[in-house]
Amino acid sequence: MGLLRYAFTRVLLTIPMVLILLTVVFLVLHVMPGNPVLVILGGRNVPLALIKEYEHRLGFDQPIYVQYAKYLWGVVHGNLGQSFSSGLPVSSQIALHLPATLELSFSGLFIAALIGVSTGIWASLRRGGMVDQVLRFTHIGTYAIPIFWSGLMLQMVFGIFLKWFPTGLQLNPVDAAFFQPITGFVVLDTVLRGNWPLLGEALLHLLLPAFTLGLALSGLVGRVTRASMLEVLDLDYVRTARSKGLPGRATVLKHALRNALIPIITVVGIQFAILMGGAVLTEAVFSWPGIGSFLLQSIKARDFNAIQGTVVVIAVLIATVNLVVDLCYALVDPRVRFS
Amino acid sequence: MVEAPQGSRVVVAPVTLWLGRRRVMVAGIVLVALILLMTLAAPLLAPYSPVAPGADRLAVPSGVHWFGTDQLRRDVLSRVIYGGRIPLEVAFSSTLLSLLVGAVLGWISGYSGGTLDRVLSLIMDALYSFPALILAITIVAMLGPGVLNMVAAIAIVYIPTYFRVARGQTLKVREEAYVEAAQALGAGIPRMLRFHIAPNTLTAILAIVSFNVADAILTEAGLAFLGFGLPPPTPDWGFDIQNGQAFLQSGYWWLITFPGIAIVITSLGFNLLGEGIGEALGHQG
Repeated sequence: MGLLRYAFTRVLLTIPMVLILLTVVFLVLHVMPGNPVLVILGGRNVPLALIKEYEHRLGFDQPIYVQYAKYLWGVVHGNLGQSFSSGLPVSSQIALHLPATLELSFSGLFIAALIGVSTGIWASLRRGGMVDQVLRFTHIGTYAIPIFWSGLMLQMVFGIFLKWFPTGLQLNPVDAAFFQPITGFVVLDTVLRGNWPLLGEALLHLLLPAFTLGLALSGLVGRVTRASMLEVLDLDYVRTARSKGLPGRATVLKHALRNALIPIITVVGIQFAILMGGAVLTEAVFSWPGIGSFLLQSIKARDFNAIQGTVVVIAVLIATVNLVVDLCYALVDPRVRFS
Repeated sequence: MVEAPQGSRVVVAPVTLWLGRRRVMVAGIVLVALILLMTLAAPLLAPYSPVAPGADRLAVPSGVHWFGTDQLRRDVLSRVIYGGRIPLEVAFSSTLLSLLVGAVLGWISGYSGGTLDRVLSLIMDALYSFPALILAITIVAMLGPGVLNMVAAIAIVYIPTYFRVARGQTLKVREEAYVEAAQALGAGIPRMLRFHIAPNTLTAILAIVSFNVADAILTEAGLAFLGFGLPPPTPDWGFDIQNGQAFLQSGYWWLITFPGIAIVITSLGFNLLGEGIGEALGHQG
């Protein structure tokens, strides 16, 4: 199978995944109890006629399969409906919050890779020794810590007691009010505007939440790196490189790591889902204005369309990341395409 | 790891020897036992009532209140001791529920194959690839807060985990000679699943239970932290951390620190236990 054909099949396979999640969320929201119209109208003593009118206007009086078909039709055309609480299109509200989440998750991923890969290599080189044992416990420890708690602890120590970092938001409120975004990615925008002091401020704000997220994922990356390195370190070509007198560092980094990297990247891609879950909690702790905060806000307001839309977007995001990882994998390793 | 000397004459109880080589498992057992004991013996251990207000508001940890008191003058130590009841209850029942549903669906799907298998696998894979916490939040948000709703939400989220293991193991076992023999003897699907597939795939399924409990504890804590748990007076680690968050800016560190440590010990314990079980079954190590 050629690469293009593989890519095409793989893209087709992501469609059912998104569709299934959309259906599950639709059913969860429409079958389970709770009348959104009452919430919109704000209270219990609402005249029945008014409820009926709103139900009609929002399409809730139609049979569920008609509502489903209409929603699906909208999603295919990029229309996620209108938010019940603000009246704005859900898609534009998500577009407003998405850059913050992406900025946070990719920085988190970067930190996780940095900590995970380095400690994983270290553990693999000290196999069975004290360092390996301690790192094993540490790696398990990082995913046993609830992410919101590690976030609060970092906030407490470095934000409140030491006052090194701000404890929330992407920028100071005053600066944020005067800042004109371009792409919505704050760090990128400060660079594009050439506003260097603000870039420093944005990075300061980003560091604690990104580290919180990165730390939570680093243990998993570390373990995969260790296992992957151990497999490669025993192979003949690594031994050859050693025996011909290459210094240890060059052998490990150039020969072993390069080939150990493929499974590591795959696992990191798969962990993107965990990352998104962690992002919701991290955003809640650091008042980070991403889609996690938007989702929680929508849930509190029982804003069905907004909840549904956010879940669909997250599903598409995860499917896309998995797709990209798979395609990279296929590009590097031709065997994948044939299986 | 220390290997026992061959032909050693020292008489050691087999269990002690076996455990001595499994430090991870021992650490897990100790932590889990500690938390379970603390939670079960809460009425005996807690120095004060977890809900009744005492004398001091937001008192610093001291000899009188080891972990301090909160804004409603309640003893934090007592709340931490009682606070594991809901998380453990929710984690155990949701794990059991998703194990039952997931395993049965996985056996049926793996054994029967065909369209049913393809459709079920597709659905389970889609659910599996989605962040557990976000799915649980969405479900519990619609059901409303409460223990039963949290159990339902967390159970649904982890069904695919058991489905995948049960199905994968069934596909392996299905090719074994004894399964073919039973088929040749005319055993029907229920009999096949009950006597041949289930017993031979159970080990692999049970091996992930401990990890699952650890994960469910964290998901419950996350839900409670976000305010989807029980209403206020009930002690719950996740909820108590949310409560303490409001006072963190003023420097009241003890409100969030101690319940958090309790969650970490619990989750770490079940993770280590899971690792130990995996090692003992020869998956790694």
